[in-house]
Amino acid sequence: MIAIIDYGVGNLFSLQSSFAAIGEEAVVTADPAVIAQADRLILPGVGAFEDAAKKLRDSGMADVIKHEVAAGKPMMGICLGMQLLFEKSYEYGEHEGLGLIKGNVRPIADVIDKGLKIPHIGWNRLIVKKPSPLFKYLNDGDCVYFVHSYYAADCEDSVTAVAEYSAELTASVENGCVYGCQFHPEKSGDVGLKILKAFCEI
Amino acid sequence: MITKRIIPCLDVKNGRVVKGVNFEGLNDVASPVELAQYYSSCGADELVFYDITASAEGRALFTDILTETARKVFIPLTVGGGINTVEDFDRVLKCGADKVSVNSGAIRNPDLIYQAAKLYGDQCVVISADVKREDGEFRVYAKGGRENTGMEAISWIKRCVDNGAGEVVLNSIDTDGVKKGFDLEMLEAVSNAVSVPVIASGGAGRIEDFITLFQTLPKVDAGLAASIFHFGEVKIADLKAAMAAAGIPTRV
Repeated sequence: MIAIIDYGVGNLFSLQSSFAAIGEEAVVTADPAVIAQADRLILPGVGAFEDAAKKLRDSGMADVIKHEVAAGKPMMGICLGMQLLFEKSYEYGEHEGLGLIKGNVRPIADVIDKGLKIPHIGWNRLIVKKPSPLFKYLNDGDCVYFVHSYYAADCEDSVTAVAEYSAELTASVENGCVYGCQFHPEKSGDVGLKILKAFCEI
Repeated sequence: MITKRIIPCLDVKNGRVVKGVNFEGLNDVASPVELAQYYSSCGADELVFYDITASAEGRALFTDILTETARKVFIPLTVGGGINTVEDFDRVLKCGADKVSVNSGAIRNPDLIYQAAKLYGDQCVVISADVKREDGEFRVYAKGGRENTGMEAISWIKRCVDNGAGEVVLNSIDTDGVKKGFDLEMLEAVSNAVSVPVIASGGAGRIEDFITLFQTLPKVDAGLAASIFHFGEVKIADLKAAMAAAGIPTRV
């Protein structure tokens, strides 16, 4: 069973449906007992970093997550959920993340060419930098769906794939049992479903 | 490189797709869920559901359809039609929509975009504008293109983007239904005025029209069409293969 961690941000209907589509039971929960029983965790997230990080801490979910991950349970952060895995974000100020992966979250405006649109929105190719169990079913040239204005930086050691947007933007990361996708696998068609399936097989 | 998006638009009335379609392998040609699944499997990058229902019963049917689609289709889904309040945003987002497009609702209440963007983020709010030439100027039309608002289109669209619209769908009334190609002049004017993605709508009749669009106006992010896809005049798989062959960044 997969626990999609509910800490009061965003709509988790599509995410839950995408697991159902690959035959995996996924529950949306904030119950530490359910999370303890789960085989795998998903940390979702949309919206602003500061607000989401605060909700994670205030709900007690931050401590629950750290405890589970320390015990080796696989967890995947998606979109803002991936950004929350890092030490710090510079989105409207300076805010502390979970610190499960070394690195910082910075505006993509810092690195992309002027005139390119922000957010980086749409389908872009995954350029694999390092093998990852998440890419078990991935084919060369596969595209996934992105919507983001910030990106994970200073994290070379954990980057497994990037997307090219005049600069290489971190698309996925990995550190031990902690995984992260900047893109939305639940909105990336069959390619996305295969990435979720691969996560369920770790 | 971000790819250019191809977006079929489905008009839904009382829970059924309005324009008749006939594809091999589709049992129920008027089922929005089946058609959405079909387009997704053909390589559509995104879908737009446009609710043209007037009645409350029809509206409830529409949200049921939306929920069922979001359960089965895993590409971004934009919903438009009858979006007048923040509650309307909430209603369709809860059913699995990723983005919400506003048109007449924003003309009636220009504050709507700002309120919705603050609540759900810019990426969630799409301004859809029906625009027509009049005395050498681009004018915004309301109520499905029936009512001239008198507003100048470029400044209206800019204002919507400043208020938080994260994407623009530009529908040219002048080229809509003519099938002689997108309105490149109008699209260029809008693309130069805003820094958010612009989606071209109105006028596509054949594959070459999309190629011309993306080659002439690299700033345009996506092409939207309805009947040419529904009637099979343009097959999405063929279109995307032609785009890739022409060197246009495409998800195939």
